[in-house]
Parts: sequence; C-alpha cells; structure tokens
Amino acid sequence: MSPILLIEQILNGLQFGVMLFLMAAGLTLIFGVMGLINLAHGSLYMIGAFAAAAVAGWSGSFLLALAAALAAAAAAGVLVEILVIRRLYRRDHLDQVLATFALILIFSEGTRWLFGSFPLYLDVPEALSGPVTLPGGIRYPLYRLVIIAIGLAVAAGLFWLIARTRIGIRIRAGENDREMIAALGVDISRLYTLVFALGAALAGLAGALVGALQSVQVGMGEPVLILALVVIVIGGIGSIRGALVGALLVGLTDKLGGFLLPLLFRGFMEPAAATSAGAALASMLIYILMAGVLIFRPTGLFGAGT
Amino acid sequence: MKLKSLILAAALAATAGGALAGSHGGKVKVGMITTLSGGGAGLGIDVRDGFMLALKMAGADNVEVVIEDDQRKPDIAVQLADRMIQSEKVDVLTGIIWSNLAMAVVPAATAQGKFYLSPNAGPSALAGKGCNPLYFNVAWQNDNLHEAAGAYASQAGFGKTFILAPNYPAGKDALTGFKRFFKGDLAGEIYTKLGQTDYASEIAQIRASGADSVFFFLPGGMGISFLKQYADSGVGLPLVGPAFSFDQGILQAVGAAALGVKNTSQWSKDIDNPANRAFVEAFQAEYGRLPSLYASQGFDTANLLLSAMARADVGDTEAFRAALAAADFDSVRGDFAFASNQHPIQDIYVREVIREGDVFTNRIVGVALEDYSNAYVDQCRM
Repeated sequence: MSPILLIEQILNGLQFGVMLFLMAAGLTLIFGVMGLINLAHGSLYMIGAFAAAAVAGWSGSFLLALAAALAAAAAAGVLVEILVIRRLYRRDHLDQVLATFALILIFSEGTRWLFGSFPLYLDVPEALSGPVTLPGGIRYPLYRLVIIAIGLAVAAGLFWLIARTRIGIRIRAGENDREMIAALGVDISRLYTLVFALGAALAGLAGALVGALQSVQVGMGEPVLILALVVIVIGGIGSIRGALVGALLVGLTDKLGGFLLPLLFRGFMEPAAATSAGAALASMLIYILMAGVLIFRPTGLFGAGT
Repeated sequence: MKLKSLILAAALAATAGGALAGSHGGKVKVGMITTLSGGGAGLGIDVRDGFMLALKMAGADNVEVVIEDDQRKPDIAVQLADRMIQSEKVDVLTGIIWSNLAMAVVPAATAQGKFYLSPNAGPSALAGKGCNPLYFNVAWQNDNLHEAAGAYASQAGFGKTFILAPNYPAGKDALTGFKRFFKGDLAGEIYTKLGQTDYASEIAQIRASGADSVFFFLPGGMGISFLKQYADSGVGLPLVGPAFSFDQGILQAVGAAALGVKNTSQWSKDIDNPANRAFVEAFQAEYGRLPSLYASQGFDTANLLLSAMARADVGDTEAFRAALAAADFDSVRGDFAFASNQHPIQDIYVREVIREGDVFTNRIVGVALEDYSNAYVDQCRM
C-alpha cells in the first residue's frame, strides 16, 4: 500500500464526510430547535437532485442548477412545514415518524409521477470535470475537491450564522426555551419555518452536488438519511459542531475501513475470504463506531448534558 | 361386486367431471408479479410492457393477465403469489425480477402445480439441484452474462483484470461466473456494499493496482454512479460488464461516461432477424422509447407462452410442459432452445455503447459465447 493511495482515501473520506454534514446539519438543527424527527429529510435531498438535473438539462448551466436545487428544496421544506409538520410539534415522536414516513412515500411516488421511473442525467460541469494533480503526484478528481471546499465553506457559514447573527441567537434561544422567546415577542412559527427551510435547502444542495456524481433516481435519499441519522447520534443531537465532527468521523471510518480492513484480513486469511469478510465487517463499521460512542457518551460527542 | 363397480364408475365419472370443469377451453390466466414501484421499477415496467406488447401484437384474447406490484419485497411477492394461486386461480405465474424474490415464490408455486416462466431472475439454485419440471427460465441463468464477460476479456487479450461486485449472492455469483471463463490473472477483487453510491475508494484502488482492465457488476443506480465517477477519475482502463449497467433505461442517465464500454448481453436492438425488427419498431411505436433487454425478455416470455398454448391445453400439465420445452416461437434473440434444466441455450453477444443522434445505445461487436447453456445442467435431475 502506497502513501499516495492512503492520502487519496483520506480525501475520499473527507469528501464523503462533508457531504454527510450538509444532510446532518439540517436534520440536527430541525431536531434541536423544534424537537422534530424528520424522516422526509432524504426526500428533500432527492428533490434537490431532481431539480438540479431538470434545470441543468434545460439550461445547461450547473450554477443555475444548484440555485434551482436550493430553491426547490427550500420551497418544498416551507410547504411541508406549513401543511404537515406544524401540526406535529406537540405530538410525540412516534406520530412524527409516522407522518414524515408518509411524506417519504408521497414524495417518492410524486417524483416518479413527474419524472418517470428511469434515472435522470446530471453530470459534473465541464470546467470541474477530470482529475487534477496534487502535490506529491496524487491525481484526484477536481469536482470532489470542490465539494470538500463547498462543504467546509457552508460549515463556516453555519457557525457564523448560529454564533454571530440575530437569527442565530433566536435559534439558540428557541432550542433552550420556546415559551420564553415566544413571550419575548419572537414569532416562533415563522422562526420554525425559517429553520426548516434552511435545513431543507442544505439537503437540496447536498443532493444536487452529489447527484452529479451518482444516479439521480427515486429513493436516492433514504440510504443517506440513515447515515445522517447515525451522524447526529454520534455528534450529539442539536449540535452543529457535533454534526461536523460526526460526519467527518463517519466519512473517514467508512472509506478507510472499507479499504484497510480487507488488507488487514489478508494478513491471516485467504484472499477471497479476506475480501468478503473485510467487506462485511467494513459495512458494519460505522454502526460499531456509533455503539462505541454511545457507550462512553450516551448523548453523543457534543450533546447537551455532557 | 356390482356395487363395487358402480362406485368405481361413479368415482371415474366424478374425476372426469372434475377434469372437464378444470379444462380451460384454450384460455390461460397469467399472474404477473413484478416490481412497479421503488428503486427497481424500471426493470419491472419494461418486462410488463414487453409481455403485454407481445399479447397485443398476437391479438391474443385468450390470455388474461393479472398484474401486481411486489415493491421488490420478498414477503409481498409471497403474499401476492398466494392470493393469485388461491383466489385468482391463475395457471401460470411470471414477472419476478429479483433472485431473492424468485427464491421465495417459485418453489412454492411449482409445488402447488403452477407453471412459472421467469422473465429475468435465474438463480443457480433453481438451475441445479432445485430445478423443477414446471419452472422455465426465458432470460438466462444468473451467471451467463458474467461468464460471457470473462470469455470476452480473455478473447480481448486482457491479462490482469480488476473485478468488483456488490457483497450479496448475485454479486458473488457474478465474480465466480467471470472467473469461470477468464484465463488471465486478477489485479484485485473487491466486494462493495449493496446500494453503495460512492466508489471513490474502489477507483483509487483500481488506479493503484496496475490492472489492464476492469470487470464490474453493479446493477441499476450503483452502475450509473460507478461509471460517472470512473470517467471523472481519469483512470481510463477498458471496462467490461454485463448488460445490466448498460440497458436502455439507464444509459441516458450515464451519458458520455459509458461510450465505448464493452458489455455482454443475450439481446441487442440490432440483432438482425424479422422478429426483433418487428419488436423494436412496435415497442417504440407503442411506448415512445427504445426497448431494453428486460423488455425483450418479457416479450419472449409471452411469445413462449402463446406458442405452448397453440400446442396444448394448460389443464394437461404434461402436454403443456412438453409444449413449453419445445420453445417453438420466434425469439427476438434468434436461435433459442431450452437445455435439459429448462434454461436457455443461446448466443451471448459483446456489445459496445455508442451514440445514435442524441440517444445512447448499444451495437453488437462480437459473440462471446455461442450456443451456451449454463454450468448447472448436470446438477439438475428431473
């Protein structure tokens, strides 16, 4: 194993991690501020990807496609919040899970009805396609580097928003005591809609960015949703910092584990058996990580109460 | 003595009456269980459309088809099959796309005396020890296209191939099938996660392995993701794969990243025979899109059924089975016959992805395996 390959895998883990962060940030914000479990977050990711594919196909511009993804996912978020979610804040989590699960089915079949059952085409923009050579002779796809940069920029922007702005103060206050900030004259339902739209837009952005690398198809959001849930459990529910650390941990564990475990097993097993045993264990690795974190920190790495 | 023969006669009459009541007057009721919603719906829709098109073109008004969606879930497929057999009283079942669903439905259906014609899934268990006189596979045995890919990789002179497939039974069969006919060395072998969408890690390993070619089996969305990321990585080694990642339904989503890739298939839209030309033209006219290999399999399945109905009554199990086994129909693949385990004997072609106008499609560039059946014929005793 060469160091170049290892560095490449670390970059892959980072890229996967920041993509998960975009999903997990919205999920954890919504849970932290409103106490709501939103299973339909994966559908917002799918909407972002479909909107991007449709607009890119129509206009040929990737920037326009990204803007459309943000707008479409945020709009869908606002719509869902006003029509459905608003009625669920005072209900228990089981009702929320049931209702948002229904939303997944509605969004999936609705998307199929609009776009058909076949995957859509969305490609990396011409200017960002192909590999670049990094110092040390590593050839790495430019687009993935751009995703890492965008993800880190969004993380920085979110920290700034939460820590430094008036909206951020309200969001933090809403997390702590919603009756009190309502009594202080903040329109709490408008705040909730705003937070929900922000979370949805981040999911839509993730969907559009990743849609260019993957297949844009119905049901693409659910596998990512499961990983994002793992991330916020590891990071601590409600914490943006936790979401970032958790996402990078999950990304790196997944990519490095999938790569190193079969190699490790090859030291004492036959190659074919090592490949299959390593692959099997690697797919469990992030859940083992989650269990490990929960044993030592039951509220997650940055969860309240630690 | 007299009483005894009287009872015997009455019993005989009763059976005869029963046989009469069970006679179908040439009508056949087909239960189609296939995937029409969720991630794999494109395949089920194509099988259904191909099947219904064949009935329409033949003007067959003596076939009644009941269609249900299994949502790609084995438990739902089993429920649907039970209902179709018990209350709908179908004669023939068909439609299942996925091998795990086929394994859940087919043995139970054949045990209850129903014919099963598989338009897609061909798990090795049903081709070998678990073969059944009432089970026919009209598509392929699961290993076939991978075996053909191995044969092609050897013919093309590849000596060091990197192979990868998802970590589930069909993925393991795929790599086994490839290795069965591949004579070169392996540069590496990876099992990926089922449903994985990011292949950066695998592509980095391919780049570092010193391989001269790559064989991959990643059906559906997994293949789209892999192909786009592989093209973007600039690795650029020749790719070989089974047709599942290059069928008409997903090529448009892959785009130029798939151009030039060699893939193996028992069918292609440019196979030159009258049945295929008529099929491709009628499919486009009816549905406004190019047919996929799944559509061709659904089409052949319906035509096989019609050919058997012309020769025998479905109530006479033995005669109907013989009529099916004769495979007396014009397959869109050209020559088609059943091996003794009732799986196809057919040519498997090498296709290349090309661009026709603004549509991505395949054309045949060679034959990988000629008149090939499958590796499990000897294990089937019936």
